[in-house]
Amino acid sequence: MTVKTLTAAPKPALGTVLSLLVVTWVLTAALAPSVLTDGSPTAIDLHATLLPPSWEHPFGTDDAGRDLLTRVIHGSRQSLGIGLGATALAFLIALVLGFTAALAGGVVDAAITRVLEVAFAFPALLLALLVISVRGPSLATVVVAVGIGSAPGYARMVRGQVLAVRQAGYIEAAAALGHSRFAVIRRHLFPNAVRPLVAVATLGVGQSIVWASGLSFLGLGVAPPSSEWGALLDAGRLHITTSWWLEILPGVVIVLVTLAVTTLGRTLQRRLEGAAR
Amino acid sequence: MTATDQQVAEQPVREEPDTTVLRVANLRVAFAGTEVVKGISFSAQAGRCLAIVGESGSGKSVTARTLVGLTGGNSRVSADAIDLDGVDLLRTGERGWRSVRGSRIGFVLQDALVSLDQLRRVGDEVAEPLRVHGRGTRRSRAAKAVELLDAVGVPEPAVRARQRPYELSGGLRQRALIASAIALDPPLLIADEPTTALDVTVQAQVLDLLAAAKERGTSIILISHDLSVVARLADEVAVMRDGEIVEHGPARRVLREPRHEYTRMLLAAIPSAHTRDTKLSRPTEHRPQRTVDRGRPVLEARRLSKVFRGPDGVDRTVVDDVSFELFGGETLGIVGESGSGKTTTARIALAILAATAGEVLLRGAPWSARSVGERRPLRKQIGVVYQDPLSSFDPRWPVGRILTDALATGTRPPASKAEARGRAIRLLEQVGLREEHFDRAPLRLSGGQRQRVAIARALAPEPSVIVCDEPVSALDVSIQAQVLDLLTDLQDELGVSYLFISHDLGVIHHVSDRILVMKDGRVVEHGSAADIFERPQHEYTRRLLTAVPRLELK
Repeated sequence: MTVKTLTAAPKPALGTVLSLLVVTWVLTAALAPSVLTDGSPTAIDLHATLLPPSWEHPFGTDDAGRDLLTRVIHGSRQSLGIGLGATALAFLIALVLGFTAALAGGVVDAAITRVLEVAFAFPALLLALLVISVRGPSLATVVVAVGIGSAPGYARMVRGQVLAVRQAGYIEAAAALGHSRFAVIRRHLFPNAVRPLVAVATLGVGQSIVWASGLSFLGLGVAPPSSEWGALLDAGRLHITTSWWLEILPGVVIVLVTLAVTTLGRTLQRRLEGAAR
Repeated sequence: MTATDQQVAEQPVREEPDTTVLRVANLRVAFAGTEVVKGISFSAQAGRCLAIVGESGSGKSVTARTLVGLTGGNSRVSADAIDLDGVDLLRTGERGWRSVRGSRIGFVLQDALVSLDQLRRVGDEVAEPLRVHGRGTRRSRAAKAVELLDAVGVPEPAVRARQRPYELSGGLRQRALIASAIALDPPLLIADEPTTALDVTVQAQVLDLLAAAKERGTSIILISHDLSVVARLADEVAVMRDGEIVEHGPARRVLREPRHEYTRMLLAAIPSAHTRDTKLSRPTEHRPQRTVDRGRPVLEARRLSKVFRGPDGVDRTVVDDVSFELFGGETLGIVGESGSGKTTTARIALAILAATAGEVLLRGAPWSARSVGERRPLRKQIGVVYQDPLSSFDPRWPVGRILTDALATGTRPPASKAEARGRAIRLLEQVGLREEHFDRAPLRLSGGQRQRVAIARALAPEPSVIVCDEPVSALDVSIQAQVLDLLTDLQDELGVSYLFISHDLGVIHHVSDRILVMKDGRVVEHGSAADIFERPQHEYTRRLLTAVPRLELK
């Protein structure tokens, strides 16, 4: 490879490479946990309770003698699933509300905007708690709760984006060529308005994981026998004074995964914005 | 003889005493290793104006910024000398620059709206150099600011001084900026495109102001791409291209008997009365005789008017009783200053904007009166070319997709992908581009190439009329010449009619068969190009024509 091609494609930053590694690890854990561990997340061993990290148990064991690393790996499918599901749901709601408000204008826009402002004034977690208190805690409820909780912020972004792109010269140019309003929306407005938000969505995944963990920690998310990360934190709470690893190590995993997804999201955002300019 | 030899030979003879204010020798400026100014030398004399002219990328603006020490972070500046009245600016450091700016060198930038702080009063901005250099008291500075505004011809200076920049018109802002630049009466004034954003009548006033400063003994370095502006003010002209001075000499000589091929090309490319019916980029070639079909007009506007309600609830009539007819194969020019309603008229003609009253007919059939849905299939008969082509392209689409999309809206939509591609490539060739541009993103094209793609897109549906809204205003003069030639070539070949909007009288005179002159939404005069330019009837037209800086060619 010549020097020229190297300068043409900028060398990825160290942070991006590390983030890719972390994301690859967590995806593997979610899709095929047996690749990373051969143990069972529910195998109880009462002779090995609350053991500190060692070669045999890198993350230590919990009060039932279950291997913590195995539990973290098996919990990633739920945690990641909540993150992706909630963000997807939030964006679906946001796209519908944002586009309707921006394109309809007038009274519809004013109504949607007011509702969004009220929703936005609530802390998102409170909104999520509302949903859970209505439906009772479960995996699906957590996804819906976090999704609804984060939708207003995205909806405002979508609306602003649509309003901005609608002013673009190429929208008028397409109309002047004789394309129908629907064709202009589908072919120009939608892709150009949504594209910059793809990166924002990636950032949202990390945030949703944290929120879901928070809900589980409060006992409002996924119930204990599951090894969802927030649930792990909740379970370890009782032994925090004696067995630090039960809290710290799953916590570190949450931080690392969130950080990695966010870093990749930012990189993606810069790429997309660069391409759009 | 090389350019350097000419320079030496043509340096004005030094009178006694020496009036040199600034001497620059072998100036080089590089950004990130790329040299953009490649060893240029010049000097500025008291009471004289040196113009540095060139197209975008020539390095003229970088040169101007270097002289006030504002080249920016990642630049490398070197020179044998940058000597201001015996002070070596190259070795003066940031503190030295600050003491020089304002007091010894005044700097006037192109866009006064960006250069003035929007949140401060105009008077404070004008008096800023006095405050920075610690002159006078707050009260005396305020009085001086009003005096300065008065000196640059700002009406009601005491009122203006209390307003904020955004409350002033473009011309007044530019004058306030000049007032600020001359506040400390600096011996050297550097003006970087001081009139580019202004209408011709305002431009003329600003040039008079600079001429007055020159009379008082100020040395002026004028940076401009516009040779006719230069002709009005400069005593000496240096022509820059690619970071080098290719020709340098007394203004009359350079503009009348250019020696360098590039200067000749620049001069020939300026559209004006002299260039009618010739090709700007190929000056020896003439336009063939055309036939204008005087039968049924292809586009007809009947008593259009448009009223906008402002945020204050007051109605403003932007277009007032405008009528015109555009015939087949003809170009109708609409000329006017900013705010004259010419672009609004164009948008109504395109039926993108609904008129408050009046009607537009397209090929004799109702156009503006139809519903949006009825109009859609007829849109292929009328195309549009905008001032800024890039913003009129979807940023995700390459050139090929832009063109095939436009072809699909036409009378004969392509039946297959292969046919669409073939016809798009033929369009590209028609506008002087090549097959290789098919897959290119518009972002990766030059300004002239982008406008060619925009023209190709307008042609794709095979319209009988194309509305051109300031199509060459953002282009360098040599590129502008090529695009204007392309438009007239296409008209000769295809018989398409143009509704051509421009603020530039030279461009309008060059392309138009008939002309509408607009002012404050009304048509103040209309007639053939010859009538308007040689026998203007309306007082406003006359004022507009005398305000245009002209190259006095033999």
